[in-house]
Amino acid sequence: MSDIEEKIKKIVPKAVVEEGAFPLYVIPKDDMPALARRLHDDPDMKFDSLAALTGVDWGETLGVVYILDSTTTGKRVALKVQTSDRENPSLHTVSNLWKSAELNEREVYDFYGIKFIGHPDMRRIFLRDDWKGYPLRKDYDAAPEINPIPVTNEDNSDFTVTYSQNPDGTLKAEQRRIFQPDDYVVNIGPQHPATHGVLRFRTALEGENIKKIDVYCGYIHRGIEKLSESMTYPQTLHFTDRLDYLSAHQNRHALCMCIEEAMGLEVPARAQYIRTMMDELTRIASHLLFFATFCMDLGATTAFFYGFRERDMILDIFEDTCGARLTMNYNKIGGVMADIHPDFCRKVKEFIKIMPSRLQEYHALFTGNVIARNRMIGVGKLTLEDAKSYGVTGPSGRASGWACDVRKLHPYAAYDKVSFDEVIMTEGDTYSRYLLRLKEIEQSLHILEQLVDNIPEGEYAAKTKPIIKLPAGHYFKQVEASRGAFGVYIESREEKTPYRLKFVSPGLCLVGAVDHLTRGAKIADLIAIGGSLDYVVPDIDR
Amino acid sequence: MFDFSEITTWIDQFLRTYLEPWGAVLVEGILVGLALLVTYAIIALVLIYAERKICAFFQCRLGPNRVGPLGLLQPVADMIKILLKELIVIKKSDRFLYELAPFLVIVSSMLAFGCMPFGRGLLAIDFNVGVFFIMAVSSIGVLGILLAGWSSNNKFTLIGAMRSGAQMISYELSIGVTMLTVVVFAGSMQISEIINQQYNGWFIFTGHIPMIIAFIIYLIAGTAETNRGPFDLPEAESELTAGYHTEYSGIHFGFYYLAEYLNMFIVSGIASLLFLGGWMPLHIPGWEAFNEIMNYIPSVIWFIIKTAVIMFIIIWFKWTFPRLRIDQLIKLEWKYLLPIGLLNLLVMTLMVILGWHF
Repeated sequence: MSDIEEKIKKIVPKAVVEEGAFPLYVIPKDDMPALARRLHDDPDMKFDSLAALTGVDWGETLGVVYILDSTTTGKRVALKVQTSDRENPSLHTVSNLWKSAELNEREVYDFYGIKFIGHPDMRRIFLRDDWKGYPLRKDYDAAPEINPIPVTNEDNSDFTVTYSQNPDGTLKAEQRRIFQPDDYVVNIGPQHPATHGVLRFRTALEGENIKKIDVYCGYIHRGIEKLSESMTYPQTLHFTDRLDYLSAHQNRHALCMCIEEAMGLEVPARAQYIRTMMDELTRIASHLLFFATFCMDLGATTAFFYGFRERDMILDIFEDTCGARLTMNYNKIGGVMADIHPDFCRKVKEFIKIMPSRLQEYHALFTGNVIARNRMIGVGKLTLEDAKSYGVTGPSGRASGWACDVRKLHPYAAYDKVSFDEVIMTEGDTYSRYLLRLKEIEQSLHILEQLVDNIPEGEYAAKTKPIIKLPAGHYFKQVEASRGAFGVYIESREEKTPYRLKFVSPGLCLVGAVDHLTRGAKIADLIAIGGSLDYVVPDIDR
Repeated sequence: MFDFSEITTWIDQFLRTYLEPWGAVLVEGILVGLALLVTYAIIALVLIYAERKICAFFQCRLGPNRVGPLGLLQPVADMIKILLKELIVIKKSDRFLYELAPFLVIVSSMLAFGCMPFGRGLLAIDFNVGVFFIMAVSSIGVLGILLAGWSSNNKFTLIGAMRSGAQMISYELSIGVTMLTVVVFAGSMQISEIINQQYNGWFIFTGHIPMIIAFIIYLIAGTAETNRGPFDLPEAESELTAGYHTEYSGIHFGFYYLAEYLNMFIVSGIASLLFLGGWMPLHIPGWEAFNEIMNYIPSVIWFIIKTAVIMFIIIWFKWTFPRLRIDQLIKLEWKYLLPIGLLNLLVMTLMVILGWHF
């Protein structure tokens, strides 16, 4: 019995352990608030970051799986809370402890209909307000007549609902206003040059100052998690490239790793090295695109072309090996699809040689510019506590001083064989988020430098059976994607298809922090802050 | 040096021999108007092409190169396209003001354009308050922008218009103060007189440090006046989609586009008039031979070269700098440019009174 198990049993005697890839503690619904508070606050546990919050339909019961990380001890704990009331399911919210739960719980409500007691804003997040049914429930009726394609405009309600529990266990709904009647509300998005995709901010303005932002997601929600439940494991892979299309390799790496771990499959060293290199090339390409678009958001159009010029070199490398420039479809279960192109190493070396001088050029053009510095320094400060609470991982989290690099915390692939620095800054403002990404490019180049001459000979993929079935159980795996920790949660019932496949995207947490960061800032700051968080909309919507 | 007034007086006398005096003035007015309109359009086309090529050069691109040799016909094709486009009528907009606004903008920029000293004797309007007239007519433009933002009945355009109003009214002060500095130095508001005063050296050389400071302030404020980057907040594309002209289409949008380019030309033209001698060749007192050689270059060329250099600097600004934020923009004007400009004016006045200049 582990240390944490003992503590949980002490707080909640009725807790049951479900063994598997990691222990899952089943907590009775009404004990959850007290346990969550203790896990979050107790100095010897301090689970201050919510790595994943996943709704699951277990058939008899509906519920949520929480995966909590402690940033001080590095420990991880997984909890499971369920309710057998399928008609009117409700659970207690944890959004008062972990802010990142706010949007995640709305997602669970959207897909499973579980109402979270005490959640400040219990609305649907991806689907329309008038959507009938909860799509990720196993008994969902997908007949098109039930939800016909609407031909009328959708009115936005200015109201939201908060549920509280009556003493007899029933729920009491309380209406709350999102915007006041005299607020000057502007829609930034869904079609707007600075939202980097189809995302909508309803923004209440006071002159040029922002009073409040309400985020509307779901414009490109494709129901990837639902689709995956009817596909075999190899078929689910191709979705990952279409989540965060700028972290295509890394996302796919995460899913492959999770499946391989569940199968107990050993991946050849050559494949591990290739995967690592591809991940780092993707990271550089993504950060270059960040530089390009961020500068353009701030009005420096020329820098945009500079970033794209270098990114194209990486895309050429990808094209040689993978046959594609954006949706690469390269990783597969057990390794990679094809061996690297004969030119791969030469081109990577060329790139490593050119890139540092180009970074100098970027700094000369944009970083040192007095207008750029004034626009960035001190704008949108995210404190370390807030970063953890909002689950802002990746470069944005590290800019606030949070050492959240999965490559360092839980090394995978070949990351334990290379030396690199985890770049950390403490200011937490837009400028540090910007600068940190450019510094990460240097580190990624350093990693590539160590690997490019040492790719071991051998197979590039392990042999797998044509039909892959995972042993029953639950699995969770994370990688460091370009914009944060990307997690995959799989629940398997020994079938060809996953029972539940959840992609824990960094984007949803990033966009959840936008309202907090922009309170009282200017419209132009919203653009700078949004750009520096660098969310990608298909990653948010999935 | 050739004096264009010889041609104009000849035309005037020719007309007067056949027509009543009022008839001659009428015909002359129409001729001058037509000439200005044509020049206006041609300069706009040249500028659009030049900016696209220059910006492409900055951005490691080729720029337009498909329509005609070196893409030279691209702006013509663009112009035809914009003329053929539909004028979309916006529901719930204030129709009269909405249609009036682009004309206000274009009229204001055309009036200011009429004051440009293109060459020796090639000046449409030249009277004793010429500089004052330029200032007065160029400030009508902001009215058009405010009306455009207001009448479109769109929140983005309104924010853009308010930004523009705040920006242009603020920066007009700096422009006024720097112009005043030059007027104090020259002792005249008449455009031809200001240019003639620079016969023995342009003001930027003879006016000591205060003139250089005034030139720099004018360049910054002038860029802000034209709503171009890094001061393009009223139409900040990444914030307000297109700012005040979001809802305009076809030739209405074309008017804004045209006025923006021509305003850049006007601002540069005035800068060359006030500080670089307008059409006046480079003269160095005492170097008679050198001055004679300089005089062989036609005055029109002198004016265009000077204006082009300043326009290149303004284009360079736009394609290098990121955009300011509205509070930083206002701060720059009211906390730095205006006080420095006023102090500079004081220094210049003292200098002129005490005769501390060439």
